Amino acid sequence: MADGYARSTGKPGVCIATSGPGATNIVTGLAAAYMDSVPMVAITGQVATNVIGQDAFQEADTTGITRPVTKHNFLVKDVKDLARTIKEAFYIATTGRPGPVLVDIPIDVQRGICEFIYPEKIEIRSYKPTYEGHSGQIKKAVDIINNSERPVFYIGAGVIASNAEKEIIEISKKADIPVTNTLLAVGAYPPDTNLSLGMLGMHGTFCANKAVQAADVIIAVGARFDDRCTGKVCDFAKKAEIIHIDIDPTAISKVVDVDIPVVGDAKTVLKEMSATIEKKERKDWIKTIDGWKAEHPLSYDRNDDKLHPQYVIEKISELTKGEAIIATEVGQHQMWSAQYYKAKYPRLFLSSGGLGAMGFGYPAGIGAKFGNPDKEVIVIAGDGSFQMNMQEMAVAILNDIDVKVAILNNQYLGNVRQWQEMFYGKRYSHSCLAKRKKCPKWCNTPSRDKCPVYVPDFVKWAESYGALGIRVTDKKDVVPALKKMLEAKASIVLDIWVEIEENIFPMVPVGASLDDIITRMNG
Amino acid sequence: MRHTVSVLVENKFGVLARISTLFAARGFNIDSLSVSETEEPAISRMTIVVKGGAYILEQVTKQLNKLVDVIKVTDFKDTEYVERSLALIKINMTKSTQNELIKLIGIFRARIEDISQNSVTVEMTGNENKINAFVKTVMPYGIKETCRTSVVALGRGHTIKIKEKRNG
Ligand SMILES: Cc1ncc(C[n+]2csc(CCOP(=O)(O)OP(=O)(O)O)c2C)c(N)n1
Ligand SMILES: [Mg+2]
Repeated sequence: MADGYARSTGKPGVCIATSGPGATNIVTGLAAAYMDSVPMVAITGQVATNVIGQDAFQEADTTGITRPVTKHNFLVKDVKDLARTIKEAFYIATTGRPGPVLVDIPIDVQRGICEFIYPEKIEIRSYKPTYEGHSGQIKKAVDIINNSERPVFYIGAGVIASNAEKEIIEISKKADIPVTNTLLAVGAYPPDTNLSLGMLGMHGTFCANKAVQAADVIIAVGARFDDRCTGKVCDFAKKAEIIHIDIDPTAISKVVDVDIPVVGDAKTVLKEMSATIEKKERKDWIKTIDGWKAEHPLSYDRNDDKLHPQYVIEKISELTKGEAIIATEVGQHQMWSAQYYKAKYPRLFLSSGGLGAMGFGYPAGIGAKFGNPDKEVIVIAGDGSFQMNMQEMAVAILNDIDVKVAILNNQYLGNVRQWQEMFYGKRYSHSCLAKRKKCPKWCNTPSRDKCPVYVPDFVKWAESYGALGIRVTDKKDVVPALKKMLEAKASIVLDIWVEIEENIFPMVPVGASLDDIITRMNG
Repeated sequence: MRHTVSVLVENKFGVLARISTLFAARGFNIDSLSVSETEEPAISRMTIVVKGGAYILEQVTKQLNKLVDVIKVTDFKDTEYVERSLALIKINMTKSTQNELIKLIGIFRARIEDISQNSVTVEMTGNENKINAFVKTVMPYGIKETCRTSVVALGRGHTIKIKEKRNG
C-alpha cells in the first residue's frame, strides 16, 4: 500500500509493522520497492533494548533481515536519536536514487520521553547524491546524438522519479528520436504517438525490439538494462553507441558496457542537453520504424466472439481514456496491461517490475486510492496473484476506499502455463488452479465445462466483505460490466472468465536475442 | 587481479555487516578484510583485498560507495602504497636443523617469539609476497601451525582526505 501510494503520488509511502512476524511480513514489500526504486519509509517495532539478542517474544533481527532489501536501515537505541533518525530516513528514501528505508524502534524507545528536537536540515557526510551531470560527458553525448542517424531513447522508471517526461518529449520531438519504455515507465511517454515505440524486451513490441537492434545510438535514461529488456546481453543493440544517464553510478556498465555514462538526475541532465541538441528530421529512420509498426502491431483475434483478456484491457483503456490509475498483479495479465493499457501520463501504471511480486497489485491499488482519492483506481489482477493479498479488502471496505478489481480469470497461473506449453512440452505441472486430486495427473486439456469447480468463488468472496461481485463469462457482457464498475462508487470485483490458454506475444524467450522475437505461436 | 581497497566508513554498529552482506549478495569474494579505528574515532578504516577483473573492481568500488555509511573508497591500483600483514608461524625444529633455520629467519627479518623442544614460533610482518616466500622456504622443515592477519594498507606520501563523496 505504501508502495502504491508512493508510485502514484511521487511522495514517500509509509508503512508500520509490529516486531517479529510483522517485520518479517514486510520483507517482500520492501524488496519490491527496493528493486523498483520506490521511496518508502517502513517503521517496525522491536523488543526493548535491554532484551535485544535474548530471543525475546516476537523478536527478530529486523535490520539484519532487511539490510539487503532496503536502501538503508536504522535501529534506534536511544529516544534522543529518534527525531533525527526519522528525518534522515525520509531524506535518504527520497533523494538520489529513491528507495525504501526502514527504522526499527524498540518499545522502550517508543515510550521514552525527551525534548523534541527536529532538525531543520539533514546533512550526511557519507551520503551526497549527484544531481548535476558532468558537462564534458553531456557534450560528448550531445555530439553523438547530433551525428546519429538512428537514435532511440530507452527510458525507465528514473524518468518518472525525476519528473523528466517533459524533457524527453521535447527532445524526442525536436530531434525525431523514437522512444521505447520499460515496464515501469509505461505512461512516461504519450502512447500511440508517432515517436512512441511501446515497451521493450521480452514482451515488448516488435517495433521497439527491432528499433533497438538497428539503432546507432541508444540513449538510456533512468533505466537499468534489466535482463527482461536486453534479452541476450552480448547481442543487445550491437550497432549502437550507448549513452546512459542515471543517478546511480552502480547502474552504469553493470550489465551492458556503456560508451558515454552521465551520472546525474535525468531532468537536470536532459535540460542541459536539450539546448544543444540539434533540431533534425530523421525521415528514413521514422519510415523504417513505421514499417515495423505496420508489419507486426500488437494483435489478437479481435473478430471472434471469444473473451480474450486483451480485449478486456483494451476496453478498460478506452472507457477510462487512459486516465485511470492501473495497478497490476504479476503474470500474463500484467504484460497485457502494459501492452494494451494506454496510460496517458506517468504514475498511472503501477506494477512490480524488478521483483515481480505476485500480491503487489491489490494493496498497491488501495494505497494509490488513498493518495489519489479523486482518481479512478483499477486493479488488473490474475486469478492466482489476487489470492496472495485479497484479504486487504478489509482495509478497503473499512476505509471506504473504492478500488475496482478486474480479475482476468484464466484458471491458471497463466504465465507459468505459457512457459510449460512453449518450453516444456505442454506438461502442465502445478499451474492449474482448479486441479483436484481426482483430475488426470498430466491433464493439459482444460475446459471450463469439464474441470472441477473453481475456488474461490470470487463473487461470493467479494460479497462476504460487503463488496460487489460480478461474474462475466461472455464477451458481450464485458463492456456493460466495466461500465457498471466505473459508475460504482464502491469496492467491486469483476471475475472475468477469459480464454484459458491465451498466450502473450510478442515474446523473446529467455536467453535469446531481441532479434529472435516471436510474434505469434508457430511462427 | 588482486586489488587492495581502502574504505573509510562511519564507525557505527552494523557497518561491517552491511559490507559483508554486500559482498555476499553480489557474489564478490573477499580475500582479506581488516577493520580498525582511525585517528578520528567516529571513522573506521577497512582494508579489503578482492580478486577479480576490472569489471568486478569497478562494481565493488561503486557498490561500496553507494552504501550510506561509506565515506570514501580508494583503490590502490594506481597509487604507491604500503601494505602489511602479520603472520605467526610454528615450524618444526630439531638440533640438526636449528642453525639453518635461525639463519633463514634472520635473512627474512622475521622474529623468534618462542622456542620449544621441537619447534620454533616466528613472527613476521611484511607484504603478502614476502610472507609467502618465507613460508615456502621453511616448508621443507615442516610447518606445524600458521595464523595470519588480514592486510592493512596506507597510501604513500599523500593523505586521503575525508572529503565530499558522490553517490546515488
Ligand atoms: C510471489 C510470487 N510467486 C511466484 C511467482 C512466479 N510467477 C510469475 S507469474 C505467475 C503466475 C501468475 O498467475 P496469475 O496471477 O493467475 O496471472 P496470469 O499469468 O494467469 O495472468 C507466477 C506463479 C511470482 N512472480 N511471485
Ligand atoms: Mg491466471
